[in-house]
Amino acid sequence: MAREERELICINCPLGCPLVVTLEDGVVQSVTGNTCKRGDAYGRKEVTSPTRIVTSSVPVDGSARDRMVSVKTATDIPKDKIFDVMSALEGVRLSAPVAIGDVVVANVAGTGVDVVATRRA
Amino acid sequence: MLSYEVVIIGGGPAGLAAAIAARESGCERVLVIERDDRLGGILNQCIHNGFGLHTFKEELTGPEYAARYEDRAQELGVEFCLGSMVIDVSSDLVVHAVSPERGVYGVQAGAVVLAMGCRERPRGALGIPGYRPAGIYTAGTAQRLVNMEGQMPGREVVILGSGDIGLIMARRMTLEGAHVACVAELMPYSGGLKRNIVQCLDDYGIPLLLSHTVTRIEGRKRVEAVWIAKVDEQRRPIPGTEVRYACDTLMLSVGLLPENELSREAGVELSPVTRGPVVDESLQTSVPGIFACGNVLHVHDLVDYVSQEADAAGRCAAHYALGQRSADVQADEAAEAQRALCLEAGNGVRYTVPSTIAPARMDERLTVRFRVDNVYRDRFVSVFVGDERIMHRKKRVLAPGEMEEVVLRRADLLERVDAGHIVIRLEEE
Ligand SMILES: Cc1cc2nc3c(=O)[nH]c(=O)nc-3n(C[C@H](O)[C@H](O)[C@H](O)COP(=O)(O)OP(=O)(O)OC[C@H]3O[C@@H](n4cnc5c(N)ncnc54)[C@H](O)[C@@H]3O)c2cc1C
Ligand code: SF4
Repeated sequence: MAREERELICINCPLGCPLVVTLEDGVVQSVTGNTCKRGDAYGRKEVTSPTRIVTSSVPVDGSARDRMVSVKTATDIPKDKIFDVMSALEGVRLSAPVAIGDVVVANVAGTGVDVVATRRA
Repeated sequence: MLSYEVVIIGGGPAGLAAAIAARESGCERVLVIERDDRLGGILNQCIHNGFGLHTFKEELTGPEYAARYEDRAQELGVEFCLGSMVIDVSSDLVVHAVSPERGVYGVQAGAVVLAMGCRERPRGALGIPGYRPAGIYTAGTAQRLVNMEGQMPGREVVILGSGDIGLIMARRMTLEGAHVACVAELMPYSGGLKRNIVQCLDDYGIPLLLSHTVTRIEGRKRVEAVWIAKVDEQRRPIPGTEVRYACDTLMLSVGLLPENELSREAGVELSPVTRGPVVDESLQTSVPGIFACGNVLHVHDLVDYVSQEADAAGRCAAHYALGQRSADVQADEAAEAQRALCLEAGNGVRYTVPSTIAPARMDERLTVRFRVDNVYRDRFVSVFVGDERIMHRKKRVLAPGEMEEVVLRRADLLERVDAGHIVIRLEEE
């Protein structure tokens, strides 16, 4: 059996607890070092399917005030898709008016998650 | 002259939250004066997520967080003067501003809230030898260029200083296709939040060089390379450890300074440690009727705390403007001075906000914020009133990059008001 220990830092709150996640054949056996339950959940997810929210900004036409509109993935996406999301945003231009929450790219990079606007323009 | 009950200088998160609180506390006429042509302050360029975890229980981006406060302020009928720069505040609470449409104009305030935020420490404050080539940016300027103007400052980047803005920009530049060679930090610990080190550096394999600094910048017209050396315990570069990094851009994330020129001219006493105003339990400065909150008071790393603090400042300013505070003061004017406790930063603590507390005037509970002066493990945060320890709480980790707080209870202080001072200090046991 392949036993592995991975050291992580929980990113769920400013305490930043140092976690040790123990895996056997890729299956999480235990999480230690966490102060609360959120750390346990984070440790399990981070070693099996880590995710992140991606934020960026894209150009907007027709706004007197803004040249760019900030955007984000509506929920977290797999970490290994971050650069695919960035590529999908290349060349995207918006036209004013834009409202917060407007879909900028639907189902970005096949993640099933939309990229939405986070600024009005 | 125009007249308002509460006038707020700066329309960032602090100014917006103070305005909302002032309206909710019963002031009819509340004005926010903002020099930019939009509200939201620095949050407009902070497009990453992680704002509002405490306030809204969701992770918002900077612009979304600002929009919530902006909408609420609009709903409540707060008035705004955008594109207006405040040039002067007097001790009799007259605010002068200048705008292209109106020229110079004066506003009489019942109370003033300072919410001007902070600015970045510029390169000049560092004294790195070399020419002054193009390609050196503060991280905040670069953040504005990339996120709001859509311009890339460069392709091959070195970042000096591990403040949060530098960490966030390391990731942002990487996502936009630049290569970030490293983040060099003079101190043996990072000034940024741990979660930012994980999400912005570790995720992308960007090295963080602790106890390192830039010793030389190459290039006359444009940065061509920087030299980075290890430093000893006195923060002096160690000879022979210099490494050359070819790059076209050097970003500086070496600290923020509260923006207090206006406060100084108004006669507001400033703290040499925080560089912000010295305030009492109601966040009132040394000038009666002038209050302060947000980054102009002391540099915050989480906007949630800015909003909480500004809410308190807005409420206290409203009470002052509506005369509630002066009634209190009249009731016990002579005794008042002696009945305040001085708050002191003891062992391991760099500063506290506020600096004085009059228990009779404070709310049931008061949040005192402070920063520690080094990284500590397994210490106790202790609060002493006179010689008596009234609080003793274990913390696993304390770091200068993360603001700490203790909540003091009015009842505890009222009965000990003769002790004269409160000390917050770190203890080993
Ligand atoms: C470059 C930079 C980047 C930052 N990035 C982050 C980040 O990524 N995440 C994070 O949590 N925190 C970040 N911070 C910290 C951030 O400043 C606080 O979280 C929060 O925005 C502070 O709010 P504030 O209202 O006190 O200041 P600000 O947001 O700075 O607002 C101050 C406002 O006052 C206005 N003003 C100043 N002087 C005058 C005047 N004389 N007349 C009229 N108006 C005036 C300014 O234009 C501005 O709109 C950053 C700070 C800086 C400087
Ligand atoms: S384990 Fe809990 S307490 Fe520790 S950093 Fe994570 S969320 Fe915070």
